[in-house]
Amino acid sequence: MRDSAERKENGAPRRPRRFPKGRQVDARARAEVVALLGDAPRSREFLIEYLHLIQDKHHCISAAHLAALAAEMKLAQAEVYEVATFYHHFDVLKEGETPPPPLTVRVCESLSCALAGGDEMARRLEERLDARQARVVRAPCMGLCDGAPAVMLGQRPMPAASVEEVVALAAAGKAAAGKAAAGDAEAEIPVAPSLGEYRGGGGYRVLEACRNGKRSVEDIMTALSDASLRGMGGAGFPAGRKWSFVRAEAKPRYLVINADEGEPGTFKDRFYLRCKPHQFLEGMLIAAWAVEAEAAYVYLRDEYPDARRLLEREIRVLEAEGLCAEGFIRLRRGAGAYICGEESAMLESIEGKRGLPRHRPPFAAQVGLFSRPTLIHNVETVSWIPLILEKGAQWFAEQGADGRAGLRSYSVSGRVRSPGVCVAPAGISAEGLIERCGGMAEGHRFKGYLPGGASGGILPASLGHLALDFGALDEYGCLVGSHAVVILSDQDDMAAVARNLLDFFKKESCGQCTPCRLGCEKALELMEADKWDQPLLEELSQVMRDASICGLGQAAPNPIDSVRRHFAEEIS
Amino acid sequence: MSAKDIEFLLDGRQVTARAGETIWQAAQRHGREIPHLCWMDAPGYCADGNCRACMVEIGKERVLAASCVRKPTPGMEVRAESARAVKARAMVMELLVADQPPREVAHDRNSRFWLWARELGVGESRFPRRKPAEIPAADVSHSAMTVQLDACIHCNLCVRACREVQVNDVIGMAHRGSEEKIVFDFDDPMGESSCVACGECVQACPTGALMPSSLVDADGAGARESEKQVASVCPYCGVGCQISYHLRGNEIAWVDGRGGPANENRLCVKGRFGFDYVAHPERLLHPLVRREDAPPKQSLTANPDRALLDVHFRRASWEEALTAACGGLRRLREAHGGEGLAGFGSAKCSNEEAYLFQKLIRAGFGSNNVDHCTRLCHASSVAALMETLGTGAVTAPFTAALESDVIIVIGANPTENHPVAATYFKQAAKRGARLIVMDPRGQALSRHAAHMVRFRPGSDVALLNAMMHVIVEEELYDADYIRDHTEGFAALRSHVRAYDPERMGKVCGVEPSLIRAVAREYATAKAGIIFWGMGISQHVHGTDNARCLIALALMTGHTGRPGTGLHPLRGQNNVQGASDAGLIPMFFPDYRRLADGSARERLETLWGARLDETPGLSVVEVMDGIHAGKIRGMYIMGENPAMSDPDLAHAREALASLEHLVVQDIFPTESSLFADVILPASAWPEKEGTVTNTNRQVQLGRKALPLPGEAREDWRITQDIARGLGLDWRYESPADVFREMKQAMPSLDHISWERLQRESSVTYPCSGDELPGDDIIFSEAFPTKDGRGRFVPAAIVPPDEMPDAEYPMILTTGRQLEHWHTGAMTRRARHLDALEPAPCASMAPQDLSRLGVAPGERIRIATRRGVIELAARADDAISEGMLFVPFAYVEAAANLLTNPALDPFGKIPEFKFCAARVEPVTAPSAAA
Repeated sequence: MRDSAERKENGAPRRPRRFPKGRQVDARARAEVVALLGDAPRSREFLIEYLHLIQDKHHCISAAHLAALAAEMKLAQAEVYEVATFYHHFDVLKEGETPPPPLTVRVCESLSCALAGGDEMARRLEERLDARQARVVRAPCMGLCDGAPAVMLGQRPMPAASVEEVVALAAAGKAAAGKAAAGDAEAEIPVAPSLGEYRGGGGYRVLEACRNGKRSVEDIMTALSDASLRGMGGAGFPAGRKWSFVRAEAKPRYLVINADEGEPGTFKDRFYLRCKPHQFLEGMLIAAWAVEAEAAYVYLRDEYPDARRLLEREIRVLEAEGLCAEGFIRLRRGAGAYICGEESAMLESIEGKRGLPRHRPPFAAQVGLFSRPTLIHNVETVSWIPLILEKGAQWFAEQGADGRAGLRSYSVSGRVRSPGVCVAPAGISAEGLIERCGGMAEGHRFKGYLPGGASGGILPASLGHLALDFGALDEYGCLVGSHAVVILSDQDDMAAVARNLLDFFKKESCGQCTPCRLGCEKALELMEADKWDQPLLEELSQVMRDASICGLGQAAPNPIDSVRRHFAEEIS
Repeated sequence: MSAKDIEFLLDGRQVTARAGETIWQAAQRHGREIPHLCWMDAPGYCADGNCRACMVEIGKERVLAASCVRKPTPGMEVRAESARAVKARAMVMELLVADQPPREVAHDRNSRFWLWARELGVGESRFPRRKPAEIPAADVSHSAMTVQLDACIHCNLCVRACREVQVNDVIGMAHRGSEEKIVFDFDDPMGESSCVACGECVQACPTGALMPSSLVDADGAGARESEKQVASVCPYCGVGCQISYHLRGNEIAWVDGRGGPANENRLCVKGRFGFDYVAHPERLLHPLVRREDAPPKQSLTANPDRALLDVHFRRASWEEALTAACGGLRRLREAHGGEGLAGFGSAKCSNEEAYLFQKLIRAGFGSNNVDHCTRLCHASSVAALMETLGTGAVTAPFTAALESDVIIVIGANPTENHPVAATYFKQAAKRGARLIVMDPRGQALSRHAAHMVRFRPGSDVALLNAMMHVIVEEELYDADYIRDHTEGFAALRSHVRAYDPERMGKVCGVEPSLIRAVAREYATAKAGIIFWGMGISQHVHGTDNARCLIALALMTGHTGRPGTGLHPLRGQNNVQGASDAGLIPMFFPDYRRLADGSARERLETLWGARLDETPGLSVVEVMDGIHAGKIRGMYIMGENPAMSDPDLAHAREALASLEHLVVQDIFPTESSLFADVILPASAWPEKEGTVTNTNRQVQLGRKALPLPGEAREDWRITQDIARGLGLDWRYESPADVFREMKQAMPSLDHISWERLQRESSVTYPCSGDELPGDDIIFSEAFPTKDGRGRFVPAAIVPPDEMPDAEYPMILTTGRQLEHWHTGAMTRRARHLDALEPAPCASMAPQDLSRLGVAPGERIRIATRRGVIELAARADDAISEGMLFVPFAYVEAAANLLTNPALDPFGKIPEFKFCAARVEPVTAPSAAA
């Protein structure tokens, strides 16, 4: 229902528009959206949540529904469209376009899964699945790197699945009575210690001690500092120091948990969320208590529907048990955007906007969520808090190797025999991790590794003995970041590895700043050549590092520089 | 250096930044313009820091910083010229150049983008160009603007222009990464989107990706190149936007917004794209006199097509035409006295022209029968303001809304009628002010409103009295203010007790709780302000409506402070100035009462003539006077009563029966068809003069174009007529006239012609030659005898013509964004015409389906006065039972239908309410 005034051509009579300018809101679509939203508040921060409601129900978001949602939320159409199209998990459909089939099968194309034959998996699924029932979408890392190649059937993670298993389950979904569409394929709720079990083992005692005044904020900040607990999202910033920054600012303040680990090769937060939900929640509530937060937001990536269902259930239990006020913990669902793991982009996303990183200063501790002082922590970081406070700072600090402090959760994937999360002393080497993972995979010889996911650069096997810890790899142009270690072998083409990583950055760049948006795109094109234009790539790399707004663009050239530095023979 | 200044090092030089300044701004002030693309140094544009063309190195920081965003701290060491910074800026440019269309075929060869590319020495790029399949195609769906996103650098300036400056919220940045794309609504073609064509994006675009379509050729190449720029002011609405004409030869190539106090570079579709009417082939180029063999005027239909014009008129010399014009007027004056003549001036002309015109009628014709279209728009508002506050103008400019926390907009649709004023209301709402919109119709502002109060048409007094009832009942009024600054509160207080929200809610169709909520919000605001439009004034109870609004402001003390006030949004570009200059039948210039002997004597001395103290006839009264045989001759300058008056059949009959009619205009208007002599006049860009906007800002319009053919400036023609009537007028220029006006109008004290030439705009009142004028007035006292504002209680008066079984619908009329008034200018402007090419009636979709009419199909609307046929438009903003018809279209003239019943005080007709009947047009009508 959109039209424009008819122009005078060939002397034909001219007609005015039949409607006011722009797309009109369809009354039926409006009623459907109102029914979906019910009494839920219409404020902007829920835009992404409501887009999910529509996408989940209709498997796409039609222009009619989107226009209705905009009207319902008193937002402009452009405002909702730009948000909906920013996130990969929304299928926005213009008038006249064919809706996607009910079932979406996402096949991971990020490095660990690509090494394990993800592309072949996707191609075979495309051949085998009924295109009217299911479509195959190549998607970035979904945190199932230990089950590569990873597949997500609807909202059901399928690690280490065979083509047959996927096809069978897709068909079963189709046949399932009462479920019109296989898109309802839902994640099973993981089995994890219940609240009772966790409390039985002493859980939530620290939180209670905090709340009833037996432990002071100062004590706890000292403990975290003595334990050398650092931010495990990738930046490694001392956790306790953040608290004092935020506490220095005026209330209201917020706590936000970054559960959007999207760095390819990283799946350790998924481990904590699935296996230790209450340890995580207790750590989070202690942090919230420490900064006297108004509310605690958990920004959970949409790739973890299993963790989401578990958390939803356990948060309700917590509320029912009176361990936290109703509505205090606000679970927010990402929508398929790596950039939203960048903390300021995450804040934008929680506010219902496109995930564009903010300029700093100001920092989130001063101007964060809804422009209020905000403490941001990673899932793993807060998960350590109850243990440290229970067992003592000393205990944690002593865990490190090679003169380093603490424990780390390394996500190890790629060419090892048994990939998985290794909770190991900070400073363990890649060689040490390979050993813990049962050695190299059959028939593979250690050639190199990614010490910190896609962003951390690439190191050769000859440097496999280096301690993996924050700052330890600076001189090699690399970083550990989220401690995602991807092991590469003699069968892997390093130029292709670098291209895979740049392709990821190109697709996941938010597009905001020129060096990153165009830099990734142009770099990838230059890297398609057998022989790279090294001087130009070197210049570009420097400018991307210097001039990009956020860590994505600043780290995106790491694979380029690493290959040039450590694997030069493969590109010349 | 002030205490808040910050000293820092810029490339080794000690420099000072003012509080809040960014590095870029401080550097700029010190003579160093750091390259920039996404940053625009203009009001309303925040820094976005996305292009990274302005990077600088700071101290030991790991990465570079965008100087447009980053603020310096004391002692900060900023290196704009370091190798790293220079390299980064150049490579950003090189990345962008890679995908640009080559400079030779650029959409804008003079773009800021290419200027900086040249500055940075980047001509070519070493990076691979994107693949042809990835290059976006041109979007030429809009008449006025061409969208060519192949030149887009994703700087987001258009997004900020659309969303933060104009707050039209049409443009978005959709998708992500290298797929990112500028979109209109849901990635719709611009011409099919909700775009209102303000063109702010075009003005902001640094690359030519968005261009006025008039500046690009068929291949999309072009340049913003002009030979000359002339600063002036927009001739359309009362907002008074300052503009720059960009001229190529004697043509206006394009228009940009200029930094005036009322618009800060912003414009709307008319001000930006509506100027080609000046060169329309139908311009009157020669005087015309009625042919001796012309058919009788009574045979005329009002549609002034060329053939009809030739049947009735022939070309004449100026001498012959003026002799005929003046001869006729003189004869009638001699035979019947001055009271047998009347003149309609125009709020489209300058202050000087308005002043001369009323002087001619008063001193030359010898009566006060002079009026203009203020009678049709805000006469009732002015009547109420004069009566209660002693003023004929606003107490605060509309920009004061930025300092308000509660803003009421009632009976106004500013996004259509005062689009640039609306941008300030939307910005205020975006910043957190509570916007309360009250109107029977929905509108674009309602999306920004905290409350949208849709009330039954004509029930304004019930609604406003109910609000006052709540304020009185809950004692939310400002007792101190009432005691110190007002009189008559006790009577008002007891009067409004009878108007409880429960009962009034039923009258106006609004929930009592909502009435209470808005009353409380306004009353308890820190700074509340009220804006109103013709939804308030154009009723038989228009003056009562305005009295209620004034009473609301007085009882809550919401005047005289920043962010507070009363502001009727004036319609025409110079309706304020024309009224100030005395172009109204009941006042001399500066609203001096005709009965005020000393004022009259002063003018008699100044003008050298005896002046009548009997109030003259107003616009509608003149038409009745013609029918009654009292008025026999008229001089009409730039007005079009054959389209703008209510009950047009009656008005046109009146014009046709005049013994002598002189019409002066730029086009053959509907009214000119009834003339005996038609004099070709000047369009706004062809003359110099001042105009006064709704904010009381007196602004100078400058001449940009030569007069076409034998056309003359309006003030010269009025002088020619005056001389023909025996007055010895010898004005050489508008400046001459202005100097005399100042003697008649103390309101212009300290505002000299020279000052206006220098400053372009000065607000009255002004208390010193070097001082700015007073934006917010009446802080201490009102210009009434005792300095107090008066409460005048208003009782409910029903609309003159209520719907009944025969005419069950309510018809309301007004304007559209694209068309000005009777359409004489805008329907001859190509882009405006393309956007709204034909008449239509807006109706609720439910009413249309009940009628069995699909949107776009034709309907017939009948009232007791006339019938028109036109297309139907389905519009959710219209309540069921209502109809809205714009009055710009002669082929379906809304005023054939309207009710001429008048407000007794303001003498304004009830354009906003009459009873009507609607039916489908099944067979094509003969008239179509």
